[in-house]
Amino acid sequence: MSGVTESHAVRCAALHKRYGDVVAVDGLSLTVQRGECFGLLGPNGAGKTTTIEILEGILDPDAGDVEVLGLTWRTNAAELRQRLGIQLQDTQLADKLTVAETIRLFRAFYHRGQTVGELLRIVELEGKRDSWVNKLSGGQRQRLALACALAGAPDLLFLDEPTTGLDPQSRRQLWGVLERFRAAGGTILLTTHYMDEAQVLCDRVAIVDHGRVIALGTPQELIAKLTAPRVVTHHGTLEDVFMSLTGRHLRDNED
Amino acid sequence: MITKTDVRHPIIELSLARLREWVREPEAIFWAFVFPIVMSVALAVAFPGQGSRLVVVGITSEPGTRNEPGTRNAGAALKLRAALEGVEAIVLRDVSAGNELRVIRDGDVHIIVVPGDPPTYRFDPDRAEARLARLVVDEALKRAAGRADPWAAREEPVVVAGSRYIDWLIPGLLGMNIMSTGMWGIGFSIVQARLRKLLKRLAASPMRRSDYLLSQMIARLAFLAPEVAVPLGFGALVLGMPVRGSLLSIAAVCVIGAFTFTGIGLLAASRPKTLEAISGVLNITMVPMWVLCGVFFSASNFPPAFQPVIQALPLTALNDALRAVILEGATLAQVGSELVRLAVWAVVTFLLALKLFRWR
Repeated sequence: MSGVTESHAVRCAALHKRYGDVVAVDGLSLTVQRGECFGLLGPNGAGKTTTIEILEGILDPDAGDVEVLGLTWRTNAAELRQRLGIQLQDTQLADKLTVAETIRLFRAFYHRGQTVGELLRIVELEGKRDSWVNKLSGGQRQRLALACALAGAPDLLFLDEPTTGLDPQSRRQLWGVLERFRAAGGTILLTTHYMDEAQVLCDRVAIVDHGRVIALGTPQELIAKLTAPRVVTHHGTLEDVFMSLTGRHLRDNED
Repeated sequence: MITKTDVRHPIIELSLARLREWVREPEAIFWAFVFPIVMSVALAVAFPGQGSRLVVVGITSEPGTRNEPGTRNAGAALKLRAALEGVEAIVLRDVSAGNELRVIRDGDVHIIVVPGDPPTYRFDPDRAEARLARLVVDEALKRAAGRADPWAAREEPVVVAGSRYIDWLIPGLLGMNIMSTGMWGIGFSIVQARLRKLLKRLAASPMRRSDYLLSQMIARLAFLAPEVAVPLGFGALVLGMPVRGSLLSIAAVCVIGAFTFTGIGLLAASRPKTLEAISGVLNITMVPMWVLCGVFFSASNFPPAFQPVIQALPLTALNDALRAVILEGATLAQVGSELVRLAVWAVVTFLLALKLFRWR
């Protein structure tokens, strides 16, 4: 199963994807090491979701190579599906199933993994075990979606904007779950437009704009590269990095 | 890692999920169970046994308003009334002259008799009940006028269970219900799951896509049992419809029919992205079948040129099979050709759905 020297969890090169006249991904390349948490940071419309969905095998790229866990979607789709955990942006799980029923359903798709009870404990939803999904708060729904992503004990977790729209406390609770997954040796690739999220969770960050990586490094490196004290009178943030690169705010494009 | 005891086969979990969602939706229960009963009761009231059919005769009660010979004779109206009042099958209504056309159009009265010597009958000869009313009224009036019958035939009323309209109708309603509950249920739940991006999420998991579609079919079967048993039981016990075939044969026909319409429902739901779109597709699929496939009236009313199409439609096959098994006691072998037609529809639509299905 696992390759002998599989140091890359994800490797993609020169990805292109266009929808009609709109170029969503424009020659994007990146590499995610095993065991690291890697963030794709950028405004809405930067091509983050298209990129992560290509890596997840949901979309086909127009051009470019993708290798995930040393395997390719063309030849190893079934094995990859078993080894990946995926959380999509705005999936609404079935309203009238309970939390435990939903997890049990997803758990049934995987050959390996923890029990429903263990998964409930990992995402801190034991108290909501028998609640219908439509009775959950936004944070609880995201943690349930995370439990579904973790159901097969994945080697690699893909998360598309996992905390968008959540209150600070719910975000911290979700970060806690992700940090424990990392501590157990898991690899994470996430997209976000929250620089604080990237700073807290990510070992390395790729700043994406117009379908291209415009900066890559650890959050500290990126901030340190900021030459000008003209921008930073306080401690630098990734927001400042993005502004100095593009002259725009990260969240300008938000609706 | 060890397979834990709480992990069941994906098809079982998917079917259970579908069933749970369904029983937790009160509207679904209404359409599946209450609606057929309400429908059957309404029909039982509207179509009582043919023996108790009454002829409704209108008498224009305003003599002199028309310039016709005889209407000036007020005594003729009284005589007419007296002659018709004693007849058991006749109900009399007074109709004002201005209302004549309306009451005939609405079917409130079957014939209007204008008093006179001789009286005038006004009726729509295209309506069977109007022609019947003319015969009954004519007979009653001539008898009252002193007609002598040369002889009276000996009458032997023969009542055959299962020959009433309601007996013929119930299997058709059953077939229609199997079609609509299956197709609406499947169609809406799938398009909703697509809208909520749940299908996309499932497709991103290792779930086998055929497992998902198969489980929709299996879950459909679980709620078929009560859905068929309720109208069938009501028809047999309350309305006195004969059930001549074995329950096993009836069940087999229903199961095959349900598979067929789940397949068609899956195909209908394979592409649409909005609830409006799926509603349109379902209506376009089902409404012609309500009309063509012998639900409310026999498909043989359509000209021969239509018959090849009508016979190829799945609801025709299901209704024919249900009627043959329920009313005539046919065996499964005797409805083999219908069952084969249903099975072909089921398999072809399932495979097409699997191929065309849009997961995102």
